[in-house]
Amino acid sequence: MATKEYAFYPGCSSQKGASASNYLTSVESMCKTLDVKLTEIPDWNCCGASIGYAEAGELPRHVLNARNFALSEQHMPGKEIVATCAACWLGARETRERLTHSETLMADTREALKESGLEINEMPNIRHMVEVLIEDLGFDEMKKHVVRPLEGVKIAGYVGCQTNRPFGVDGESFENPLYLDKMVEMVGAEPIPDYEQKVTCCGGALAFSEPEKAQAQIKDIVESAYDHGAEMIVTPCPLCQANVEIYQGQVNKRYGTKFDIPVMYYSQLMVVAYGGDAKAAGLNGQVIKARRLEEIAAKPVKR
Amino acid sequence: MSANTAVADKYRNNFLKEIEEQVEMGDWVKMCMQCGVCSGSCPTNFQSAWEHPPQELFMMIRAGKREEVLTSTSMWNCTSCYNCIVRCPRKIPITHIMHGIAEYAHRIGKAPKMQATRFFSVLFWKNCTNTGRVNELKLSLGLYFKDGFVQGVKNGLAMQSVAIGLIKAGRLNPLELFGGHKCKDQKGIQAMLAKAYEIERVRKAAKMAG
Repeated sequence: MATKEYAFYPGCSSQKGASASNYLTSVESMCKTLDVKLTEIPDWNCCGASIGYAEAGELPRHVLNARNFALSEQHMPGKEIVATCAACWLGARETRERLTHSETLMADTREALKESGLEINEMPNIRHMVEVLIEDLGFDEMKKHVVRPLEGVKIAGYVGCQTNRPFGVDGESFENPLYLDKMVEMVGAEPIPDYEQKVTCCGGALAFSEPEKAQAQIKDIVESAYDHGAEMIVTPCPLCQANVEIYQGQVNKRYGTKFDIPVMYYSQLMVVAYGGDAKAAGLNGQVIKARRLEEIAAKPVKR
Repeated sequence: MSANTAVADKYRNNFLKEIEEQVEMGDWVKMCMQCGVCSGSCPTNFQSAWEHPPQELFMMIRAGKREEVLTSTSMWNCTSCYNCIVRCPRKIPITHIMHGIAEYAHRIGKAPKMQATRFFSVLFWKNCTNTGRVNELKLSLGLYFKDGFVQGVKNGLAMQSVAIGLIKAGRLNPLELFGGHKCKDQKGIQAMLAKAYEIERVRKAAKMAG
């Protein structure tokens, strides 16, 4: 039996062939090592993300998240829901808070859910994968499995927005959260605690609709990582990862820069440090190849 | 009578009340003490300047500047970074109010028609609620072809290298165009959302009548 079991909400971007599919690959390998069992919520739906706001209204967006709660309760009663995506986690958690604090909203949600034959009796806890790692397992447990420390690799911990605000990880500050730096340290790499762009917004959905605004922010985030001598950037959020990685070419054109820095997920660093190969860490999913990590992942494991 | 004329008629000379009753979290607007921390914390206001940053919108609402607020592009600049929320000394849920004003302006037909983020927001919601899950390829193509076919092809070409990078990395599947990921119970999702819209409509109308 696994040490920890959760209802899993992977989210749209984690699906096969989608923009964060490499995130899921690495999370699965990481959880195997840590003996964490994730059971996907059957037929889960999109959280609506923040950007759906023009049409989402209030109730429809909470109903969308509540459907996932109801499915989770039906198939895995009493289990906490774990999301890997910042937007999924935020959307679900916000719905949980609003429904808990408003009887009207709760009653309306129940009425709408009936239309799909579902019901909610208990409000589930909504957790982000990094909360599971930090709070349920702890740094000592995470570190125990490191068999191939990422020695000498300097990594800028880019926390971004939605895993940090408005809820964030318990005990961390909004302005200077430290858990990601601690995770970098945990895998044996070198963190950059004074990386001043660690909670700057990547532009979110504006990277699609108004790219010039988002790219101004992406430029700052990447430039500061270079200024601190980082070899790569690490993040817990799928949209941060995509925005900061895939538009570097466009930023270069716009600003005459020569950015070419890999942007990784924490789970990818952990899989490599845990002795996994490039495939298990989803390194083939990088648009900007993480050559240094690929080299480390090809080395034999110290046991 | 259009949606806009109906509400304008009902809330004549009391735009604050209109916002309080019709906009999500709108009843917080009166709590703003005009310190400007939200505006100073907003990434897109810092980079390119909103026409009216949040605290200015709040004062304009209280001053009854209905037309200027609802037709503004300002709140559509919100990236949902939540920096304003966590820094506001009065703990006003500013991000949600920005989304709320934008949603309201869109609902009653006052929002700027071709504003790119408004367009994308609608596109995103339709995309994800259509099958229950986001189809990333259709979402991107929908945005590129916003201003017609010729511009769409140009936009597509400009983004070619980004798309090829993603396809090579296995993170964009061209076959998504012919289907893609979806929920099994799409019927149930549609029925549930239709009901949610109906309930919300009735509640907002009741406030207007009350």
